[in-house]
Amino acid sequence: MVNPPLAMLAELTHRCPLSCPYCSNPQELTQKDRELTTAEWTDIFTQAADLGVLQLHLSGGEPASRTDIIELTAAAQRAGLYTNLITSGIGLTRRRLEALQDVGLDHIQLSVQGVSARIADRIGGYKGGFDRKMHVADHIAEMDFPLTLNAVMHRENLNDLPATIEMALRLKARRVEVACVQFQGWALKNRSALQPTRDQVDAAKKTVRDARVRLEGELVIDFVPPDYYSDFPKACMNGWGSTGVNITPDGTVLPCHAAETIPGLHFQRVTDTPLKEIWYESEAFNAYRGTDWMPELCQSCERRDVDFGGCRCQAMAVLNDAGATDPVCTKSPGRAVLDALLEQEVQPEIMPELVYRKL
Amino acid sequence: MNDLSVPVLPRGVRRHFDKVRGVPVLLGPERVLMLDEIGCAILDQVNGVSTLEEISTRLSEIYAAPKEDISTDVAAFLTDLGNKKLLDGSHG
Repeated sequence: MVNPPLAMLAELTHRCPLSCPYCSNPQELTQKDRELTTAEWTDIFTQAADLGVLQLHLSGGEPASRTDIIELTAAAQRAGLYTNLITSGIGLTRRRLEALQDVGLDHIQLSVQGVSARIADRIGGYKGGFDRKMHVADHIAEMDFPLTLNAVMHRENLNDLPATIEMALRLKARRVEVACVQFQGWALKNRSALQPTRDQVDAAKKTVRDARVRLEGELVIDFVPPDYYSDFPKACMNGWGSTGVNITPDGTVLPCHAAETIPGLHFQRVTDTPLKEIWYESEAFNAYRGTDWMPELCQSCERRDVDFGGCRCQAMAVLNDAGATDPVCTKSPGRAVLDALLEQEVQPEIMPELVYRKL
Repeated sequence: MNDLSVPVLPRGVRRHFDKVRGVPVLLGPERVLMLDEIGCAILDQVNGVSTLEEISTRLSEIYAAPKEDISTDVAAFLTDLGNKKLLDGSHG
């Protein structure tokens, strides 16, 4: 029995003023001339709502780089979707924020690259970006826009976690996502620079535990740990093709943002095939759906329906086998490969140059 | 959340009827909460004016049930929503 999706991530564009070295976009980015039109996205939002999607994340790249972001938000609202704008803030003026408010945008998720201009501008690769972002954040707070702060954490800024939580409170966020870098997309190019140390991870977990108690009812703290240090894999996408669907700027429909790294899967475009047909019937969405595809290790595991074998793209990236148990799992024969990578790559005294994302 | 708190759904949190699954839901950032009959009945009384105490009284009348039982359920449900930041409680 296949359930309808609950959430859609709409990558409206791959254009972005920032060039974060951990961007989750694919290393091969889509150019502007291949982006979908306003009318095409409007049709997708209607199809999504009809299919059962409740939550829409307008993302990118930087979604505010689309000149039609107001129209797109209005279209999503008309379709009845809970609409969240995932933005760096760059390109949002007071006027545009007010227009977004007028068309009913439900929520803003603002990314932060660091707690000071020095580190944020270095990670974002954009001088002056931090100051502009803080300016936008002030507008968001003044307008009482529901806000989540999304802080991507890695070796260079994980020690700033307490200050990051303070920043969320200062900006009147109701929620903060402390998301340690997951190694897909551009982050794979920078793994040895971004991977935190075990000591950092232990300290971060304690900070989160304490802050959750101290700030209960004031700030929700969601924490995504760096999974290479976990014993069991993340329940990636809550299972392939189970709850979420991702649309790339040219309309390609994916089970997750990194799925195109898996060779042999053919992904259809929503401009050629209805979304419903792709979700329920396409070979790509059915490839790792449910439990039949799993290796025996996962099939017979008591965590089979807890973590669903983990992340297919990670099995691909680390073991070159998308059908293997996620190498994070301590029961997996692939765990030794991951441990060797950690040993080899995490050398705190060596700081490799960052490879920045570029279109 | 105590008897004098006035619960209200904050901006960014709203009720919605999910036509595809045929269930009422509460939507918030990264959250979809399927609502059962009791959840709906409580939220029907959350209007940004009534106190927790008043909400419990009204529900005990509607359902002809002891107020002590009702107020325990109401406080638990709304406190949980509050901790998830899906509900604000001010003191009226």
